[in-house]
Amino acid sequence: MSIEMTLQRTPDGSARSLAESAARRDPRAEPAIVRVAIITLAIAFLSIFVVLPLVVVFVEAFGRGVVAYLSALADPEAWSAIRLTLGVAAVSVGTNLVFGLAAAWAITKFDFPGKTFLITLIDLPFSVSPVISGLVFVLLFGAQGFLGPWLQDHDLQILFAFPGIALATIFVTFPFVARALIPLMQEQGTQEEEAAISLGASGLQTFFRVTLPNIKWGVLYGVLLCNARAMGEFGAVSVVSGHIRGETNTMPLLVEILYNEYQMVASFAIASLLAMLALITLIAKTILERNIDGDMPHDD
Amino acid sequence: MTIEARGVVKSFGAFKALDGVDLKVANGELLALLGPSGSGKTTLLRIIAGLEWPDAGEILFDGENALDRGARERHVGFVFQHYALFRHMNVFENVAFGLRVQPRRIRKTEAQIRARVKELLDLVQLDWLADRYPSQLSGGQRQRIALARALAIEPRILLLDEPFGALDAKVRKELRQWLRTLHHSINVTSIFVTHDQEEALEVAHRVVVMDKGRIEQVGSPSDVYDSPATAFVHGFIGESIMLPVEVTGGAVHLNGRPLDIAVEGGAAGASTLFVRRHDMLIGPADSGTLHGAVTHVRSFGPVQRAEIALTEGSTIEIDAPRDRELRIGDRVGLKPRHYRIFAGG
Amino acid sequence: MSVLAPRRSTLPGFGLTMGLTLTWLSLIVLIPLAGLFVRSTDLSLAQFWDIVTSRRTLSALKISFGLSFAAACVNLVMGTIVVWALVRYRFPGRRLFDAIVDVPFALPTAVAGVALTALFAQKGWLGAPLAAMGIKVAFTPLGIFIAMIFIGIPFVVRTVQPVLIDLDPEIEEAAASLGASRWHIVTKVILPSLTPALLTGFALAFARAVGEYGSVIFIAGNLPNVSEIAPLLIVIRLSEFRYADATAIAVVMLVVAFVIIFAVNRLQRWAQSQAST
Repeated sequence: MSIEMTLQRTPDGSARSLAESAARRDPRAEPAIVRVAIITLAIAFLSIFVVLPLVVVFVEAFGRGVVAYLSALADPEAWSAIRLTLGVAAVSVGTNLVFGLAAAWAITKFDFPGKTFLITLIDLPFSVSPVISGLVFVLLFGAQGFLGPWLQDHDLQILFAFPGIALATIFVTFPFVARALIPLMQEQGTQEEEAAISLGASGLQTFFRVTLPNIKWGVLYGVLLCNARAMGEFGAVSVVSGHIRGETNTMPLLVEILYNEYQMVASFAIASLLAMLALITLIAKTILERNIDGDMPHDD
Repeated sequence: MTIEARGVVKSFGAFKALDGVDLKVANGELLALLGPSGSGKTTLLRIIAGLEWPDAGEILFDGENALDRGARERHVGFVFQHYALFRHMNVFENVAFGLRVQPRRIRKTEAQIRARVKELLDLVQLDWLADRYPSQLSGGQRQRIALARALAIEPRILLLDEPFGALDAKVRKELRQWLRTLHHSINVTSIFVTHDQEEALEVAHRVVVMDKGRIEQVGSPSDVYDSPATAFVHGFIGESIMLPVEVTGGAVHLNGRPLDIAVEGGAAGASTLFVRRHDMLIGPADSGTLHGAVTHVRSFGPVQRAEIALTEGSTIEIDAPRDRELRIGDRVGLKPRHYRIFAGG
Repeated sequence: MSVLAPRRSTLPGFGLTMGLTLTWLSLIVLIPLAGLFVRSTDLSLAQFWDIVTSRRTLSALKISFGLSFAAACVNLVMGTIVVWALVRYRFPGRRLFDAIVDVPFALPTAVAGVALTALFAQKGWLGAPLAAMGIKVAFTPLGIFIAMIFIGIPFVVRTVQPVLIDLDPEIEEAAASLGASRWHIVTKVILPSLTPALLTGFALAFARAVGEYGSVIFIAGNLPNVSEIAPLLIVIRLSEFRYADATAIAVVMLVVAFVIIFAVNRLQRWAQSQAST
C-alpha cells in the first residue's frame, strides 16, 4: 500500500508503471501476449479477407492508367448498365419505402395476433438464395411459367426486361426499410401519436408532423441499405435478365460479362464504381447509426 | 361540462381492467382517480379521452354519447404520464401544435397562434423556454409544457395521467398547489389519476377510490378518509391497524376473547377491525379493552410511534401524543376512539 | 382485417397499412415462393428423388453445404477473435476495422467475386505466394471456401458484438474474486453467455454461404462434381430449360433455409429467456 502511495506521487515514468501493474491485476484483462496475439490475428484476418479485396479492385481498375479507366466508363454499354441500375434501384427503393413505412406503422402502432410471424415473413427474402429469388419469377413469368402463355398472348414482356429485373430486385431488397424502422418505432411507442390525435390532428397530419420527423434517420438508413443492395444485386438479376447487351445488363452483370471476356480494366472499372458505392454506403451508415441512436427514447 | 360513465367494462386479454364502472363528474369539478397500480384508473381516463374503447358501457359528455367520436373530435386535453412532448419540436411548436392542425376554415392566423401560445406559456410561467427542446427541460418544466399544450385547444375536459408521478418529491409538492390554483383560474372539468393518496386528498374536490377495476368509494377527501365505505378504502387510505375479529351474538371477539366495543355496521362472522393509528387511545394497563406491552418506540414530530405486542396475540403500531413518554416494557391498555368493522378476514 | 384489428383504435390507418403490407408481401414474396413449391408438385416423388440424388446434384449440394459449414466454422472462430479485439481492446485503427467488418454486406457480390479471384489467382497478390507453396486456391473448392468465409464475416461479428458489450463486468469480477483464473473465466463464464449469439451468427453465416452465388462463381472454377455449387447448378439447369431440375434443387435449398430460420428464431427466444433470468 505505502509503495503504491509513493509511486503515485512520482512523476511520469513511475506513474505509468503503476498503471501497468494495475492493468496486470485487472481481473478483466488477459496477459499482454494474449492481447497482442488476438489483436494481430483480428487485424490480419480482416486485412486479408476484407481490405485486400477492396484494394485490388481499384488497383486493377487503374492498372492501365486513368485514361483507360475513364474510357472504359465512357463506353455506351457501361452507360446503359449504369442507367438501368439506377432505374431499377429507384423503383425498388421507392416501392419498398412505401411498403416499409406501411408495414412498420401497422406492426408497431397496433396490437394484433401473429405479429411475430408477420415479421418473420417480411424477413423471408433475406434467407432465400439470390438465385432462387430470380428463379421464382422465371417460374411465374417464363415461357413455361404459370403466367407465361397469358403474357405472350398479350404481348407483355416481364422476363428478360426491366419489369423482371425490377421485380427480382424488389424481392431481394424487400425487408430493408421495414427492418430499419420496426425496432426504432417500437422503442418510440405510440404516445406522441396519441397526443397528436387528442390535440385534433388527422392521421396524415400525425404521420407527417410527428412520426416522420422522429424516424427520418431510420428511413434514410433503410433507404441507404436497400439502395446498396438494389444496385449491387447479382444472382437474382442474373437469372431474370437474359443478358441482352446494352439493354438488360445491370452494372454487376456487366462486371461479369467483361470479366469473362478478359476485359479486365473495363470490368474492374465498373466494379470500382460499385465498390465506391459500398464505401460511401458504409460511411453514411456509420453516421446514420449515430443519429438513430439519438432518436431512440432515453428514460430519465 | 359534465362527464358520465355507465357500466364501463374493459378487458385486456384475460385481465379485467374495468369491471362495470359508473361515475358522474360535475361541471367544473376537480376529481381524483385514486388506486393502486392495476386498479383500472388509467384505463378509465384513457377511455374518457377516446384513447381506448370500452368493451361495454357508455361515456356521456353533457348527456351526449361520447363513444361516437374519436379522440380527435372529443376536445379533451390529455396530459400523458411521461408528457409525450414532440421531441423534435421546440416548446413553442409543441404548444402551437393543436392550433396548427385545425381545419383551415377555423384555423387561427399565425399572429393569433403566436399570441395564444404566448398567453399559455405565461400561464404556466415558462415563456422564457419557448425556444428550448423537450430534452433540454427538467421534469417539472416538461409537465407544465404538456399542460399548456393540452390547454391550447381550449379543451372541454382536462385529463391528467399521474401528473406528478415522474417528478421528485419536492417538485411534486409545489406542482400540487399550482395545479389547484390553475384549475381554479381556468375552471375546466378536470380528472387526474394518481396512486398517491396524499396528492388526491390534498388537490381534488372529490376522490374516486378504485380497486381491481371497480369503484370502491366516491366522496370528498374527508369522506373517504373519515368514513371509508369498504375495507379496501380503509386499508388503502391513511394508516390503519387491522385486527382479525369474530362477530358473534352481537359481540366482537379477538382470539376468542370478547372486546368491549359495540358491533358496528352489518358485520357478522369472520371480520376485520380497522382503527386509525392515532384513534387508538393509550392508557394504564388496567384500562381499555385491549392490552399489551410496548416493544419498540420511535419519537419524532408531534407523535410517538409505539409497537405494542397484544396479549391477544397480534402486534400493532399506534401513534400516541407525546405528553406521556412510553418506554419499552411498559404495560398498557388500549381503546379505539373511532373504528370500523368490515366483514371478511 | 376487422378480425385482426382492435374494435376501435385511437390511431388511424391500421386497415390501410395492414392491407398494403399483406398485399405487397403476398404479391412480391409469398405467391412467387408458393409458386416454386406448387411447381415442384409437378414432379412425382420418385422423379424428385431421382433429380436430387443424381450424382451432379448431390455433388453440388454436398459442396455447397459442406464448404458452407466449414466456412461458418472458420467465421465462428475468427469472428469471436475479431469481436474480442474490437470490444475489449484499444488499438490504432480499431474504429476503422470495426466499420470494415460490414464491407462484405455492402460490397456487391460480383465485385467481391472478381476481386477475390484476382487476389487468389495464380499471379495474384496472395495466389502467387500460395502457388509457390504448392497451394492452388482459385478455381478449386478451396476458392469457394475462401469466398464463403468472406461473405460470412459480418454475421458472427455483428450478432456477438452487442452481447459482449452488454455483458455485465460484475460477473467476471465475481468469478475472479472467487479465485478463478482468467482462462477459466473466459471459457466457463464468458463464452457460455455468448453461446446463443455465437450459434445464431454461425447459423446466419452458414445460411448465407449456402445460398451465395455472385462472390463464389468467379473463383470456383465451376467444374461439375468438383467445384460446382448448388445455386450455379440451378442457373445451369434453367439455361438448359430443365425447369423441373432447377425447381427440385431450389426446394431442397429453401427447406434447409427455412429450417435454419426456425432454429435461429428458437435460439433467439432461448437467448432472451436466458438473459431475463
